[in-house]
Amino acid sequence: MSVALQIEKAARQFGGFAALKGVSLAIEPGELLALLGPSGSGKTTLLRLIAGLDHVDGGRILFDGIDGEALSLRDRRIGMVFQNYALFRHLTVAGNVAFGLKARPRAERPSGAEIERRVRELLDLVQLQGLERRYPSQLSGGQRQRAALARALAIEPRVLLLDEPFGALDAKVRKDLRAWLRELHKRTGHTTVFVTHDQDEALELADRVAILNQGQLEQVGTPDAVYDHPATPFVCGFLGETNRLPVEVRGGQAWIEDRPVYAASQTNLSGRADLYVRPQHLKLDRPDAALLGGVVELVRRHGAIRRAEIAVRGLAKRLDVDIGGGVAPARGERVGLRITKAHLFAAT
Amino acid sequence: MREGALARRLLIGLALTFLTLFLALPLAIVFVEALTRGWQAYRAALADPDSIAAIRLTLIVAAIAAPINIVAGIAGAWAIAKYEFRGKSLLTSLIDLPFSVSPVIAGLVYVLLFGAQGYFGPFLKSQGLQIIFALPGIVLATLFVTFPFIARELIPHMQSLGNADEEAALTLGASPWRTFLMVTLPNIKWSLLYGVLLCNARAMGEFGAVAVVSGKIRGLTTTMPLQIEILYNEYMGVAAFAVASLLALLALVTLAAKTFLEWRYADEIAAMRRH
Repeated sequence: MSVALQIEKAARQFGGFAALKGVSLAIEPGELLALLGPSGSGKTTLLRLIAGLDHVDGGRILFDGIDGEALSLRDRRIGMVFQNYALFRHLTVAGNVAFGLKARPRAERPSGAEIERRVRELLDLVQLQGLERRYPSQLSGGQRQRAALARALAIEPRVLLLDEPFGALDAKVRKDLRAWLRELHKRTGHTTVFVTHDQDEALELADRVAILNQGQLEQVGTPDAVYDHPATPFVCGFLGETNRLPVEVRGGQAWIEDRPVYAASQTNLSGRADLYVRPQHLKLDRPDAALLGGVVELVRRHGAIRRAEIAVRGLAKRLDVDIGGGVAPARGERVGLRITKAHLFAAT
Repeated sequence: MREGALARRLLIGLALTFLTLFLALPLAIVFVEALTRGWQAYRAALADPDSIAAIRLTLIVAAIAAPINIVAGIAGAWAIAKYEFRGKSLLTSLIDLPFSVSPVIAGLVYVLLFGAQGYFGPFLKSQGLQIIFALPGIVLATLFVTFPFIARELIPHMQSLGNADEEAALTLGASPWRTFLMVTLPNIKWSLLYGVLLCNARAMGEFGAVAVVSGKIRGLTTTMPLQIEILYNEYMGVAAFAVASLLALLALVTLAAKTFLEWRYADEIAAMRRH
C-alpha cells in the first residue's frame, strides 16, 4: 500500500500538558481523511505538526518517505486553509492566490503571464471568476473560504490541510460547501486532511475518519466502519447519540438486574460492562413480550423523527428511543423494548 | 430633547474654549511674536549660523533616532505580541519606563555612564570616543525618551492580528524575511506610521534629557529646543520665537500629515482595523 503521509508515534507536549501522546496514522494518496475529535483532543495540534508550523517532541512525520524535520516549509508543500482563512487583507483575491507562486525562489518562479494563467485557472476551479480584483473584506464567508482554498492549491500541494473548514460559516452555506468540497476533491484528487469537531461533517465528507480523544487515536476507518463497529466506548458515544446501559455479563448474556436483555455472544467479557445502544436500535414492543420494559415519560420531535424518553427499572437514566412511523405511545404508557443492535464494552 | 441639545452645546463650547485658551492661542502667539519685527527680522534670526546649526542637528538626531526606533520598536512589539516567554510582563513595563521616568533623569544616567567621571568615561576617553556633550549622547538621550512610541502603537495592533497570516505565508513557501516584508509590514503599516510620526515629533521637541547630555555648546551640540531656550534667556525674543515657530511648524506638519493620511486612506485603515 502506498502512503502519502506517514505519521509515526507523533507526540507533542505544551508545558506539562501532553496534547498528543504518540499518534500513528498512514494517509493514502488521494484520500480525504477527517481528523475528528472534541476540542482539546489534539486534532489541531496534529494538523499543525503536519503543516510544519510546530515540531514533534517524539516520533516523526514522513512525506513520501522523507522525514518532515528535514524539509523546509517550502519543500513540504503543504496547502493549508486556516480556520479563519488568514487571507492577506492588503492583497486582492488574485494577489492572494498568486502569493505562493511569487514567493518561490527566482529560478523556480513561473513567469508573470504563467502566474496570471494559473491564478485564472484556480479561480475558475473554485468558482470565483470575476472577483479577482476584490479584497478579502469585500467577500462573503463562503467566497473567502474558496479564495483560501485556491491560494493553498496554487502551490500544487502534496497534502491539503483544512482546519475546521466550515467552522466560520452559517448552517446553510456550510451544507452547500460540503457538497461542493466533496465534488472538488473528486475532480482534483488531492490528498486532503481536514479537522472537524462535527461528526456529521466527518462522516458525510471523508473517505476515512480518524477519531482523536485526549491526544490519542481511538479508531481509524471508513465512516461506515467507525459508525457501525466502534472500537471504543468513546467512539461509540462521540459518533451519534447513544444510550449507555450498565449491565452484568454472564453466560453469554447481558443482564440488567435479573433480566437478560441482550445476547452477548461474540464477546469474552464477563462481569460488569456497559451496553451502548443507539436510539434507532431500540424497538417498541408489547410490554409482556419484551424483557426490557418501562414507562414513557416524554415524547418529543427530533428533526424528521420522534423520540420517546422511557424510564426503565434498574437504570438511573431514561432511554432515548426512536419511534418509527407508527402510533406514538402516550405519556405514562407501559411499553416493552427490544434491542436490535448494541455494542458491549468493559465498564469504565 | 431640549436638555440634550443644551448639554451638547455646553460641552462642545467648554471643549472649544479650553482648546482655544490652552492650545491654539499659545501656538498663535509663537508665530505673532516671531513676526513682531517683520519678515526681515524673522529671516535674519533664522539665518543666524548657530540657529542653522541647531536646525541641522535636530534633523540629524531625528533622522538617526527614527530608523533605530523603527527596528527596535518592531522587534519589541513582535516579541511581546507574538511570543510567550518568561519575563514578558517585565519587558512590557520596561517599554513604558521612558514614559514614567523624568527625561532629566534619563539624561543624568547617560552622563553617569559615559561622562568624563562616569563608569565608562576613562575607557571611552582612551579610545578617543566622546559621547557626552556630543552627537552620540544626544542621540542616546533622544532614543531613550522616544522608544515607547512605536512599540506602544504596534503592540495592541499586532496582538489583535495574531499569527495566522504569517503562518499562511510560511506554508505557502515564503521565506521569513519575505513573510515579514510582504505580510507583516503591510498589515502593521498604519500603526507603524503613526508611531513614527509621534516618535519623530517627540525626537525633535525633546528638551530635558537632551539638555543634560548636550552641554549646550553653541553651534555644535544645541538642538532647536535648546537654542530657543538660550536665545530666550539672552532676551533675544524675536530670534527665540522665530526658531520656536519653526519647531511648532514641524509639529503642525506632522499633525497635518497624520490627518491627511487618515483622510486619504480612511477606507483602507477601516478595513485593516475591522478584522
